[in-house]
Amino acid sequence: MFNVIESNMIVPNLHLLTLEAPEIVPEIQPGQFVILRAEQDGERIPLSISDWDLEAGTLSVIFMNVGVTTGKLAALKPGMQIPTVVGPLGIKTEIENFGTVLCVGGCYGIGSIFPIARALKELGNRVISVIEARSNYLFYWEDKLKQVSDQLLYITRDGTKGYKGHVRRLPQIIQSVGSKVDRVIVNGCSLLVKLSSDVTRPLEIKTIVSLAPIMIDGTGMCGVCRVSLGETTRFACVHGPDFDGHEVNWEELAQRRKMYFNEESVPLQTSRCEEHAEKILAEHLNLE
Amino acid sequence: MSDQPKKKLDLSRRDMPKQAPEVRRQNFDEVPLGYPEATAIAEAVRCLQCKKPLCVPLCPVEIDIPGFIKGIAENDFAGGVRVLKDKNLLPAVCGRVCPQEEQCEKGCILHKKGAPVAIGRLERFLADWEATQGEPEIPAMPAKTGKKVAVVGGGPAGLTVAGDLIKLGHDVTIFEALHEMGGVLIYGIPEFRLPKAIVKREVDYLQKLGVEIKTDFVVGKTRTVESLLKEYDAIFVGSGAGLPWFMQIPGENLNGVYSANEYLTRMNLMKGYLFPQFDTPIKNHQRVAVIGGGNVAMDCARTALRLGAEEVQIIYRRSRQEMPAREEEIENAEEEGVIFNYLTLPLRYIGDENGWVKQIECLKMELGEPDASGRRRPVPIENSNYIIPMDAVVCAIGNSPNPLIPETTPGLEVGKWGNIKADEQTGKTSLDRVWAGGDVVSGAATVILAMGAGRIAARSIHEYLTSS
Ligand SMILES: Cc1cc2nc3c(=O)[nH]c(=O)nc-3n(C[C@H](O)[C@H](O)[C@H](O)COP(=O)(O)OP(=O)(O)OC[C@H]3O[C@@H](n4cnc5c(N)ncnc54)[C@H](O)[C@@H]3O)c2cc1C
Ligand SMILES: Cc1cc2nc3c(=O)[nH]c(=O)nc-3n(C[C@H](O)[C@H](O)[C@H](O)COP(=O)(O)OP(=O)(O)OC[C@H]3O[C@@H](n4cnc5c(N)ncnc54)[C@H](O)[C@@H]3O)c2cc1C
Ligand code: SF4
Ligand code: SF4
Ligand code: FES
Repeated sequence: MFNVIESNMIVPNLHLLTLEAPEIVPEIQPGQFVILRAEQDGERIPLSISDWDLEAGTLSVIFMNVGVTTGKLAALKPGMQIPTVVGPLGIKTEIENFGTVLCVGGCYGIGSIFPIARALKELGNRVISVIEARSNYLFYWEDKLKQVSDQLLYITRDGTKGYKGHVRRLPQIIQSVGSKVDRVIVNGCSLLVKLSSDVTRPLEIKTIVSLAPIMIDGTGMCGVCRVSLGETTRFACVHGPDFDGHEVNWEELAQRRKMYFNEESVPLQTSRCEEHAEKILAEHLNLE
Repeated sequence: MSDQPKKKLDLSRRDMPKQAPEVRRQNFDEVPLGYPEATAIAEAVRCLQCKKPLCVPLCPVEIDIPGFIKGIAENDFAGGVRVLKDKNLLPAVCGRVCPQEEQCEKGCILHKKGAPVAIGRLERFLADWEATQGEPEIPAMPAKTGKKVAVVGGGPAGLTVAGDLIKLGHDVTIFEALHEMGGVLIYGIPEFRLPKAIVKREVDYLQKLGVEIKTDFVVGKTRTVESLLKEYDAIFVGSGAGLPWFMQIPGENLNGVYSANEYLTRMNLMKGYLFPQFDTPIKNHQRVAVIGGGNVAMDCARTALRLGAEEVQIIYRRSRQEMPAREEEIENAEEEGVIFNYLTLPLRYIGDENGWVKQIECLKMELGEPDASGRRRPVPIENSNYIIPMDAVVCAIGNSPNPLIPETTPGLEVGKWGNIKADEQTGKTSLDRVWAGGDVVSGAATVILAMGAGRIAARSIHEYLTSS
């Protein structure tokens, strides 16, 4: 069992969850993820690690409430427990002194790009962080990011802060940086990482993206997380989740992520009343 | 000769009742129902109690077979259980899934007469009887040695090592990557062949003996073998053969194409068949093809039927004789209505506009000249390609050991297929204080062989711990 230390909604629909996991924390490297279950009968879902505290033995994830499991996680309160936190999984993001690096984050990726930017900065890179959201009020962790970045830039769909538009604006940002950009690293939803890769391809800048295919075990056992890179198939949980964005077969990834689209909405449409009724009845019978 | 039977031979091997095919297709309950008491005794009485039993050496863990059968024949079930458990920690499991026809029963003196004693069924009978007798006896435990052993993997190999070493007074901790113990017994073999409650009971028993269990712990990720060596005196790696193979043919990444591991894990570990009561979804496909001819393929095909598929086809490139699955499982699958396509090779999967598999292109094969192994090699028949409609494919062509531990353990030698190299007599690996056994060493094999390897390693670990 793993203790919930902190749980709150940091911006609309994005939740921060801090968990006590003393055995995992010392091993965490930027770019890795954990798999967790919200309750005993629950499914296993992967979430990127956004930060951790060695002394306290805690790690934090930031997630969007999109379905059954994230819904259950969002309802957690400090002092509660969840049955599974396993990790750190995946291969760490490649961190070297590349020169100038653009760290791009959107949605939960604003959080998960943070430890990557921090590690790059520590190695002496010039770190330009670019965060993207629909509107100004959806940004978070700006102070944290400022501390580990030489520059923090914003893109909003509605133009309420920074550049107006989407990550398609990246080429302009890259131009404005002044010096050559040696690498782009992108974390966030599938559309964001794909579009970023699309626009950096003509610029021939190596672009590393964190992919989010469906996963079950996270140890290379089931193969559901397979992604195609050119002619080769890789298992994202053990060979990734970072891949070269210019090699990813995006169409296949998008199609595989939709695999359980219909089924996933079923639990949301049932409130499980019958099940609860049965449990309550059973308890009454036991008392008699 | 001392083995000379003195009484008249009873050659009627007792059948075990099963759920009828039409009924069991609709549920996930166990198919064979076990011997009723009277049948078990009648079957046990058939055993000749050979002085030099030929069945015993063919059991990988050398159970005293006439010994436990005598217990049944004499109505001393508790005595029989004791004999059985002396050598086998998981009799309820082995009695169900051991390929008995290839092992103990093949050695039975009555095999020559076509009616070997049903050793596996009797083993199951005793183990199931014990389960109805309340809490299992906890044996008297020896004084603690103060030595600590880490066991990686909660499958049959790891469970055996843990059981043996805890009874010798060592402290044992099992580290398991998944959230439940049991390895393939939990995530792979379906409920209708091995009820999960049985595995759980055995794991609970180990915990009662004092084995510490850490689930959700991936060795190589959460902590490396190197780091565990600082805290533990010895390590046993029993991490299994969990890396699924694909055929590397076009269309394999289409939606609806699964590895057997994914299909079975969704079903068993994650209880997909109870969706949406449990959260992990599973599709109810109408036409399912399963590629392969082993036990795993049979399990997938029979699972697909139970999920409501109208048609389930096995596609296997050799003929029925070469099929590696147990005869009993093939028969069960046939009775339940699985269609078998022998001498057939899938060439590619064809998708619809949404990226879902909708057809398979296959090629017919014929048996050619025998190859080096003496088996007749299948060769393609030219221009025999044909297309069948299908809305799901389960690829059950095999697994190799997961590279996670070798990759994160410098100095640990592996073979060509990524299997950890270990000495056959001791289970020792190339690394000091590290032993290995089970599927991670042998490649995908059987439960009882994994347990046998565990036993050998446990003996060697104990020798090491008590000599240093
Ligand atoms: C390596 C990795 C890191 C991730 N990091 C984050 C993160 O930091 N924050 C965050 O909000 N999300 C992250 N995701 C995505 C997250 O796992 C899904 O949003 C989550 O599983 C949805 O579960 P659900 O039950 O709430 O929703 P569901 O209703 O089950 O699914 C909603 C959608 O989420 C995707 N999904 C469902 N199940 C899984 C699964 N087991 N694995 C992966 N995707 C799934 C599917 O595309 C599905 O359509 C990450 C995914 C991966 C693979
Ligand atoms: C579908 C199916 C049906 C089968 N049917 C039969 C049958 O009828 N009869 C028979 O005899 N055999 C059968 N087998 C084979 C049998 O199950 C295996 O040979 C046996 O389980 C091997 O045992 P093991 O302990 O070596 O490995 P496993 O049972 O594979 O257990 C290994 C365990 O290690 C864990 N692990 C892996 N990596 C790590 C890590 N890095 N850190 C921590 N834990 C880790 C895994 O999660 C797993 O729980 C079947 C196999 C399958 C897949
Ligand atoms: S463990 Fe397997 S091989 Fe040994 S006696 Fe039992 S069924 Fe036969
Ligand atoms: S099982 Fe067969 S071989 Fe073994 S003791 Fe009985 S009769 Fe003899
Ligand atoms: S999640 Fe199962 S292999 Fe990657």
